[in-house]
Amino acid sequence: MDSIGVLMPIHMNSYLEQELQKRFNVFKLWTFPNKTLFLKEHSSSIRAIVGNAAAGADAETIEALPNLEIVSSFSVGIDKVDLNKCREKGIRVTNTPDVLTDDVADLAIGLILAVLRRLCEGDRYVRSGKWKKGDYKLNTKFTGKRVGIIGMGRIGKAVAKRAEAFSCPISYYTRSEKGDLEYKYYPSVVELASNCDILVVACPLIEETRHIINREVIDALGQKGVLINIGRGPHVDEPELVKALVEGRLGGAGLDVYENEPEVPEELFGLENVVLLPHVGSGTVETRTAMADLVINNLEAHFLKKPLLTPVV
Amino acid sequence: MADQAGSETNHLPLILVHRLPSFDLALTNILQTHFRILDPLHSSQPLDSFLTSHAQSVRALIVYALSPLTADTIRLLPSLEVVVGTSAGVDHIDISECRNRGITVTNAGDAFAEDVADCAVALLIDVLRRVSAGDRYVRSGLWRLRGEYTLGSKLGGKRVGIVGLGRIGSQVAQRLMAFGCIIAYNSRKKKSSVQYPYYAKVCDLATNSDILMVCCSLTSETHHLINKEVMKALGKEGVIVNVGRGGLVDEQELIQLLTREEIGGAGLDVFEEEPDVPGELFALDNVVLSPHKAVLTPESIEAVFQLSLANLKCFFSNEPLRSVVQQE
Repeated sequence: MDSIGVLMPIHMNSYLEQELQKRFNVFKLWTFPNKTLFLKEHSSSIRAIVGNAAAGADAETIEALPNLEIVSSFSVGIDKVDLNKCREKGIRVTNTPDVLTDDVADLAIGLILAVLRRLCEGDRYVRSGKWKKGDYKLNTKFTGKRVGIIGMGRIGKAVAKRAEAFSCPISYYTRSEKGDLEYKYYPSVVELASNCDILVVACPLIEETRHIINREVIDALGQKGVLINIGRGPHVDEPELVKALVEGRLGGAGLDVYENEPEVPEELFGLENVVLLPHVGSGTVETRTAMADLVINNLEAHFLKKPLLTPVV
Repeated sequence: MADQAGSETNHLPLILVHRLPSFDLALTNILQTHFRILDPLHSSQPLDSFLTSHAQSVRALIVYALSPLTADTIRLLPSLEVVVGTSAGVDHIDISECRNRGITVTNAGDAFAEDVADCAVALLIDVLRRVSAGDRYVRSGLWRLRGEYTLGSKLGGKRVGIVGLGRIGSQVAQRLMAFGCIIAYNSRKKKSSVQYPYYAKVCDLATNSDILMVCCSLTSETHHLINKEVMKALGKEGVIVNVGRGGLVDEQELIQLLTREEIGGAGLDVFEEEPDVPGELFALDNVVLSPHKAVLTPESIEAVFQLSLANLKCFFSNEPLRSVVQQE
């Protein structure tokens, strides 16, 4: 297979690159100074794209690659892949579900705890030597708080299972009620937000879920409410979120994703009731390795004309 | 402040408050509707002479937070029968003097267990997934500048050794089971009611664990329970979380091993000389430092206030106390 051209739009993971290079003719787009020139020269030899949550395959890229057969994404979300274009052209698309579910759910709980128990603030406080001066601030209990989850797929369910171990009542919103779940269902996000203390965004990013967290939802969550986003940045109307946090209309937020990564609104940097992470939902050595293996196994299956392991299209 | 000599409250039982000046008086406000309060800090007299002249008949004493209660102080109180503690650990109270005198000691019982367990899990996820370090990375603008952030370590499937499977340790275990962790424990005695594997020696537990959660109480036997040998047994990738007491871990050895990268990381809510934290820790990205606030939530504090009040009321009406510390 080492003659098959695989395009990587950005640097993602060293292990993934290494393993791809052992098997395929890998083009690292970021090492070519001129993209137009690169496409002119190599477009016909590229049969696969390996992208991720930051860079996938838009319509323009797909059009520019006449022999593209498969987009194998190093992510579970495939919002950066133009799925309609792929369907139209008979291009296969795979993602990396399941292997990252636990990590993302763990991080959701980690963010909840960090925001409620003021972990990062406490760490700053100790490191700055202020503890010696002796005052202390109360923080908020997690056990027993009402957790609302938007999206009850693999990740949403994994978050629910963990929160249950903290005796949290769980409720959720999805487009339609899931008959097999015992959790309380709300038919709108605003109702869910009005009836929980912590709101976790765990749905895929599609047109209907863009800005699913808007001003109305934020105000329903309220002054004591905490928003956790481990989905995608565009799920949240970021300027509204920033305003609500700055004005004290929202209790706090734990964010792993942002609308224009790696740009993070600087107004958030001075706030103690937010925790800001650099999109590390699946960021463990173990999981990134499992994701890389899955990307490669999907590519190999495709080129050996075997069934794909985790097809989306 | 309670009217110590007021005729209306004269019939109420007398209790002695033992506190540090910094501790706030919310608890006194609750107690003073039920008791006459004797608080040495309201007098200009030195403590010893105050107790000798005013507290000779005192039968009940309440210790606010972690104010040290020494044998010398206890000896000045000849009528003392009960010491009501308001914390989970009672290592700041001279337990052996109380035992010798037949004085009952109570603690915070279950009131803090959930919050401490939550804090332990919080510190563990923070260390493994580099949450506080990630927050620093974003806030300092480094994400934009450098892009990639160092990967963390997966919690699921990790072998977690719990040191001290009491109220707090059990709650930690229950939570971590939901994350797919494999639990084992060490305690003075094997517990017949639990299924987790038991290790009689902490060192053996450490050898067979990726993570040690230190949740036991501090006594003369558990001082520096987590020593160099135990930490070495835990190994290079190992993580220690301490929500018990600073004295349970040999702090200097821990710092040595952390700086030499012979241990993977640590999440610490407690330290040997609080509020002094060794400066060597400030430069490390694989540690999370918390200012002994595992129990500082309004819910926990209200619960412990109510429990302390209940214990005092039980004592004065000859009913069984709610959360007696077993003295061996």
